Amino acid sequence: MPPDERELWRMMDGGFDWARADETTAQMRRATSEPAWARALITAIAIVFLGVFLLIPLAAVFTEALRQGVRVYLAAITNAEARSAIRLTLITAAIAVPLNLIFGLAASWAITRFEFRRKNLLTTLIDLPFAVSPVIAGMIYVLLFGAQGYMGGWFAAHGIKIIFAVPGIVLATIFVTFPFIARELIPVMEAAGVEEEQAALTLGASGWQTFFRVTLPNVKWGLLYGLVICNARAMGEFGAVSVVSGHIRGQTNTMPLYVEILYNDYQFSAAFAVASILTALALVTLIAKRAIGGRLKSRELPVESEAADQEAA
Amino acid sequence: MSIEVRNIRKKFGNFTALDDVSLNIESGELVALLGPSGSGKTTLLRIIAGLEIPDAGSVHLGGEEATARSARERGVGFVFQHYALFRHMTVFENAAFGLRVRPRRRRPSEQQIRARVDELLKLVQLEWAGERYPSQLSGGQRQRVALARALAAEPRVLLLDEPFGALDAKVREELRRWLRRLHQELHLTGVFVTHDQEEALEVATRVAVLNRGKIEQVGTPEQIYHHPVTPFVSSFLGNVNLFHGRIHDGRVYLGGTSVAVQEGAGVHIGAPNGGRAMVHIRPHLLEIELRPNGKDSFPATVKHINAAGSRVKVELISAWEDPVRVEIDHERLRTLALRPGLQVYVSPRENRVFVYQI
Repeated sequence: MPPDERELWRMMDGGFDWARADETTAQMRRATSEPAWARALITAIAIVFLGVFLLIPLAAVFTEALRQGVRVYLAAITNAEARSAIRLTLITAAIAVPLNLIFGLAASWAITRFEFRRKNLLTTLIDLPFAVSPVIAGMIYVLLFGAQGYMGGWFAAHGIKIIFAVPGIVLATIFVTFPFIARELIPVMEAAGVEEEQAALTLGASGWQTFFRVTLPNVKWGLLYGLVICNARAMGEFGAVSVVSGHIRGQTNTMPLYVEILYNDYQFSAAFAVASILTALALVTLIAKRAIGGRLKSRELPVESEAADQEAA
Repeated sequence: MSIEVRNIRKKFGNFTALDDVSLNIESGELVALLGPSGSGKTTLLRIIAGLEIPDAGSVHLGGEEATARSARERGVGFVFQHYALFRHMTVFENAAFGLRVRPRRRRPSEQQIRARVDELLKLVQLEWAGERYPSQLSGGQRQRVALARALAAEPRVLLLDEPFGALDAKVREELRRWLRRLHQELHLTGVFVTHDQEEALEVATRVAVLNRGKIEQVGTPEQIYHHPVTPFVSSFLGNVNLFHGRIHDGRVYLGGTSVAVQEGAGVHIGAPNGGRAMVHIRPHLLEIELRPNGKDSFPATVKHINAAGSRVKVELISAWEDPVRVEIDHERLRTLALRPGLQVYVSPRENRVFVYQI
């Protein structure tokens, strides 16, 4: 406030002490804000941390991958074993992600739209794969379907191989990734509420019409977000898959497993070459996630403006 | 289309929302379900719509039993309190929804849909907003979109849940008049829920007053206002002064005066002597005078005068220490020269007092 105006105010409000008021404001600012050096230090710690633990390793993956030249790189990712690993990873994700999509939709629909006993139990069980180490998840499937497992004998008798074969890998991947979509959808569906669905019903829409025209568009971005991170995990899962795969080259190796084998064989450039594909996938996922996350936030309804209300009147 | 509900009961856990409620609505009526929150009015509306299933009782639409029919098949238009517009659709698509989801052989052509929706958006004065999204509209505009959407599906009955509840006072009043006009033009059977007695009395052709899951009274706004049959209806429909007294020879004796028992109120003229009674008198039906009229006036002292408004609200305290509220006009205030502390005499202006035996 300029001094002359202040003078005017002082006269009007009987000598209110502006100098003291400014002093108080300054004190408040000091009390709620850190000095410059502290802010710089905190920011620096965050940046150094990010650099050491994220950016340098990321750069290292690509430099190592290309260390022996582009030809070696291309050869490493196009040979039969690598192609087989890439194919298996894609197949696994192509089965696990749609199944988890169906499961996630069903689970979040049940939890947000119906009242039933033991609902909390279901919500907790969905989180189980987050709580259990992936290695244990793999062990469970070996225990169930392995040669000496509870059901392994029956499957073996019918010529169905699960452990050390593709079905085991798919099963383990589904187990590890099933919370991702449901976890994303439950809060979004909760927030969307049931009123729009009831409105669709009174307007004569069938269950499917309501689902595809009202429910799905409302949770679209949450669902996509869940799909992206579910897919990333399905392609990148190592622990559970490692236990059930048996590491048969060209047959039961997914990309993460293949990277480990190459590395243990001292084929560093090849290992990093395959790893670079997984890394690139992770980067694409992050970008997609960010784009979708932005859409999720911007979908919030803007606050009703009073001016618009006046206009309506 | 007529609506009839018979002996409806509905419980939510231990809470009884509706307790043996029956109501008959003729074709073409606009009925208000009026009551405080928790009185079961919204539950009754949702049961009529098929959004809630009653524990017992039946719903009949157009003379046909509809209790087992789903909301989808009842052909009712429902306007939700918070509009429940489809956020991801434009105003036009919102209004067109009911037509687009019809089975193919009953679905109008794209041209017909367009014509119908345009016509409805014009009716709700939103023809300019077709390409907007609900989030870009004000509360009152959203409410009208919700109405257009419900009407587009050509419902046989229109149900509105607190249609103006979330709007500010000015917009409410505008929409109220508009809804009444709309009802007159469309000859649609309508039911709306409200907790605002003024809204119910102004808009509805008949009012059903609900309290604690039961219907207390059904009647025209005039009947409800001038002849409330229960103390609840009387006090819910506006301010009342409440006095306790005893019945004797067709009169109720209060502290210092007595009033005549009316036929048609909550108690019979021939009520037994000595019975305890409650007397309700509306503030505008009391008169202030400077002298006793020798008939039914009682002494009181002026406590507070509020002259901000079309009528003057005077708060007094009776000689037997009951608070008394009286509404007079400004001219009368000047004539009497009232001021706090003044001793005056209060009497019922007309013989419109409500006496209820307790």
